[in-house]
Amino acid sequence: MDQEAYLDFEKNIAEIDERIEGLRHVTGSDDDFDLDEEVSGLEKKLEKILDQTYAKLTPWQKTQVARHPKRPHCLDYINGLITDFQLLAGDRLFGEDEAVVGGIGRFRGRSVVVIGQEKGNDIETRLKHNFGMAKPEGYRKAVRLMKLADQFNMPVLTFVDTAGAYPGLEGEERGQAEAIASSIDACFSVGVPIVATVIGEGGSGGAIAIAVANRILMLEHSVYSVISPEGCASILWRDGQEAQKAAEALRLTAQDLKDLGVIDDIIAEPRGGAHRNPTEAVLKTGEAISGALADFNDMTREQIRREREEKFLKMTRAE
Amino acid sequence: MSWLTNYVRPKLQGLAGKRDIPQNLWEKCPSCGAMIYHRELEQNAQICTQCNHHFRLTVKQRLDILFDDARYDEIELPEVKEDPLDFADLKSYPDRLKSARKQTGRPDAMTVASGTMEGQKAVAGVMDFSFMGGSMGTAFGEAFITATELAALQDAAFVMVTASGGARMQEGILSLMQMARTTLAVRKLKEKGLPYIVLLTDPTTGGVSASFAMLGDIAVAEPGALIGFAGARVIEQTIRAQLPEGFQRAEYLRSHGMVDMVVDRRQLRHTLGTLIDLLRRPVSDKPY
Repeated sequence: MDQEAYLDFEKNIAEIDERIEGLRHVTGSDDDFDLDEEVSGLEKKLEKILDQTYAKLTPWQKTQVARHPKRPHCLDYINGLITDFQLLAGDRLFGEDEAVVGGIGRFRGRSVVVIGQEKGNDIETRLKHNFGMAKPEGYRKAVRLMKLADQFNMPVLTFVDTAGAYPGLEGEERGQAEAIASSIDACFSVGVPIVATVIGEGGSGGAIAIAVANRILMLEHSVYSVISPEGCASILWRDGQEAQKAAEALRLTAQDLKDLGVIDDIIAEPRGGAHRNPTEAVLKTGEAISGALADFNDMTREQIRREREEKFLKMTRAE
Repeated sequence: MSWLTNYVRPKLQGLAGKRDIPQNLWEKCPSCGAMIYHRELEQNAQICTQCNHHFRLTVKQRLDILFDDARYDEIELPEVKEDPLDFADLKSYPDRLKSARKQTGRPDAMTVASGTMEGQKAVAGVMDFSFMGGSMGTAFGEAFITATELAALQDAAFVMVTASGGARMQEGILSLMQMARTTLAVRKLKEKGLPYIVLLTDPTTGGVSASFAMLGDIAVAEPGALIGFAGARVIEQTIRAQLPEGFQRAEYLRSHGMVDMVVDRRQLRHTLGTLIDLLRRPVSDKPY
């Protein structure tokens, strides 16, 4: 991996990676030294350290992993899981917002609507997708696509990955708040199953706008929160540097949310996080979504709608 | 300080301290700076007599203005698990709740009451910005659901008065989920054909604006009220530019198509009553 791809708690991992890389270089050039054994020893060690490190990530570390630039993003999931994907653009009201990617395609043979926030993988695509921060047009496009899904009886798969809705002048002028509210409402309206997967960062209102679903899944090291740890720290601790403490207090990890009854399932990530093996992460997510969708095969449209309503009515109520 | 003041003052202070002097006889208008006698303000629905600035109201003041003859029944609200996340920042959440309760005399940021507005049956939900910034947590969510259910039970319109900075951070993801739960409650109310009128008051932002507050069948705003999704400071930092005059104020929202009307508080009850009447009685029995 690139040096920049290591997180600040991964120094020892970076070191071993470097040594393995160095030894491979040597073995490749000189047959006298059979260092295979040493390499495989180091690889075992690396696996162990990755397992240990990733088994006990702190909430703040998980936030960093969730935001990792190399983590698979929405389009990676679409490319890996959806065939015949047709990207559909525009809200039919104002414009096209590429922070929200949407379209129709086939998931394991079945027509589906896909909606998700895309953060981008390099400077060019990050700018194109506005870092996954949607404007009202993005949410209005989501509403339009949910209606399309409802009309043609296609399940909706959403991929949540955003720091939040875009806080800008135009967004306010065009009703960012109303757009998010209407998107939540649209989620409740459809007679088809919605499966939402938090693949990275579930940032507040911008995230829940497309995450009011029959099944809510989270990747093992993704986070989902009412406010970013930095934002929370700067308000409640009056110091953005206290993000670590805020991350602990907010209970934003997948494990916390499962305990709190907010999500249904956690998707295990490959060793060392989804960014170390995007292909495996995408495949496992596909399995989980497929399992979640199967629950609705024998349900009527009205039952599906009601199931979602009851889920949210009960949610956050103490037993 | 001379020996004289040193010697005399404690005695005088002791005498003065015992008398109950009413505070804030004069209120300074935050908009134009005029000093207004409190009785005058009271008689004018807490509106500045000089510049028409609408002062923020207490829950009681709001309910008194909303309902006919200031008569209404306050509804008991469900209790929720306190401090579900065991949250502490510089202060613990239970401590913050305790001081907010002491300060406002209310259990949380939402009060629900029922009565009539110009003779029309109505349930009102009133948010209290002075209770932890009117923030929306699980108690609020349950209160909101209760209010909509009560409206359905009483076959009454639901008038929601918003004033909030958004979700309650101290309840983390559980507070975020109230955006969905309140939206669902609005949906159920609309299915029953009952009017849902939102009165947006100063200030309404964040997760509250991005859920039930923007879903009214009719959206009424109070003059000058700050209404928006993101905070002005965050936006200024993001776009690195100054925001236009009147940004996120009620009149700005009206001109951008986000609210139906901006109504002077003195006309408020009449307007609400007329709206409910129009929505609920398609044919009038009044002579025309």
